[in-house]
Amino acid sequence: MQPDAPMTISAALPHVRAETGVPAPREVAPDDGELVDRLRLGDETAFATIVSGWSPMMLRVARGHVSTDASSEEVVQETWMAVIRGLDGFEGRSSLRTWVFRILTNLAKTRGVREARSVPMSSWGPADDAGPTVDPDRFRGPDDRYPHNWTPLGGPTQWQPGPEQSAVDAETRRLLGVALQELPERQRAVVTLRDVHGLASDEVCAALDLSPANQRVLLHRGRARLRAVLEDYYREAGEVTS
Amino acid sequence: MTENTQGSAPGMTISCQEVVELVTDYLEDELDDATRTELEAHLALCPGCDTYLEQMRQTIEQLGHVPVDTLSEQAQDDLVAAFRTFHKPGAPGS
Repeated sequence: MQPDAPMTISAALPHVRAETGVPAPREVAPDDGELVDRLRLGDETAFATIVSGWSPMMLRVARGHVSTDASSEEVVQETWMAVIRGLDGFEGRSSLRTWVFRILTNLAKTRGVREARSVPMSSWGPADDAGPTVDPDRFRGPDDRYPHNWTPLGGPTQWQPGPEQSAVDAETRRLLGVALQELPERQRAVVTLRDVHGLASDEVCAALDLSPANQRVLLHRGRARLRAVLEDYYREAGEVTS
Repeated sequence: MTENTQGSAPGMTISCQEVVELVTDYLEDELDDATRTELEAHLALCPGCDTYLEQMRQTIEQLGHVPVDTLSEQAQDDLVAAFRTFHKPGAPGS
């Protein structure tokens, strides 16, 4: 067996489409020290577990830096290869996942910079970082006796559960999946990592190179847009059944 | 944010239009005490804003169930194979 085998495997990994439609893995993480020990001993199951557990969010982090899904897949695969080779050098000063994410973020940013030279910024999605997140027409004017409060028709009405809640849930989740893809990329990355994958705010800031305030703005704008999508759905569903 | 002037009841110095822009900071526990208190007083008085916040929470809850992309089975298997190869006796790093 050639000593260089792990290196060449990286280059030979076939370009495959990512599997879609998998529920976001919720971690049942072993104690970090135990996990690292098992990995160092060559425990394949431990490695397979973190690959399957962490790759979905790693794809999303990578995608926040690079210009295509294919690039993000390659970056994630390169990251795992670097993890395999570099695990002996892991000193446990941070959690294993933080260490893996740091490798990922570095690789993704390097790739992103390379790609930016050929991908125009305008193709990164609409700029949507400013302005109100709710249509101003839904609020009273500044001279009203209740300035800037909801108008009678503009105020949100409670979403009514459907006769078959599981069907409603399936549809709202499908709509949210579609709507996430249409968000500007950085909003999509933040909302997905925070709300779909359940990462903490500081992890997302580190992974995407965002200040906490910046991260909150992106989270806020993304969530507001998604709430509006569901509002439209519930209103139309209500019109059909009423 | 306007000062709570004498005669302004709690919850009335903040408008609904301001509230909808503060909900994320509120859920992140990033509001200062005075603003948070005022916002909560407003929510107690305002069904529209209370509903808006509830809808935000429901949206977040549903997001937790949205399916995600991952690496293909083949790509994952190949990575595990690379790991196995790396840890074979006689391989670098063993």
